[in-house]
Amino acid sequence: MGMAASEIEALIVAALPDATVEMTALVDDNNHWRAHVVSAAFAGKPRVAQHKLVYEALGGRMGGVLHALQLTTAVPS
Amino acid sequence: MSDVNERLSSIVNGSDVVLFMKGTPLFPQCGFSNKAVAILDHCGVAFDSVDVLQDMEVRQGIKAFSDWPTIPQLYVKGEFVGGSDIMMEMYEAGELQTLLDEKQVAKSS
Repeated sequence: MGMAASEIEALIVAALPDATVEMTALVDDNNHWRAHVVSAAFAGKPRVAQHKLVYEALGGRMGGVLHALQLTTAVPS
Repeated sequence: MSDVNERLSSIVNGSDVVLFMKGTPLFPQCGFSNKAVAILDHCGVAFDSVDVLQDMEVRQGIKAFSDWPTIPQLYVKGEFVGGSDIMMEMYEAGELQTLLDEKQVAKSS
């Protein structure tokens, strides 16, 4: 179970090429991550839609192989 | 609509605030569900909870119902609001309290 931070980051950047992704381990077990994703693609979208863009980038892994990803999103300032 | 969607629709419209979670508010079975309960407690609203671990049909069905991959999930007046991360972002920005006020949700006693 679990995914490496680099793997998560690569999937997000593949779908949102302008994104900057900041990964932080919540627990040191390669399975509990916090991701802060900043992308212009989020502009004007409600939070649910912003998070869905990231979940789509992860291609169904969220809630499955990737149990614990605490996600925050933002538009570049 | 399938039977499970009809069931889910009647659940989310059955109370002002409904939280689908793992475990119960007193005994959450997951850190994210625990956080969602704590946020609602801080907001001082009355809410109903559904323990998805007790019902496989609901556990799978709710993810398709809202097109959202994870539990917990918060519904206010029948509308999907988000999971625990969005609840926390909204709470910290004061938006969750505003939403609950605007929707005239009953306070917990």
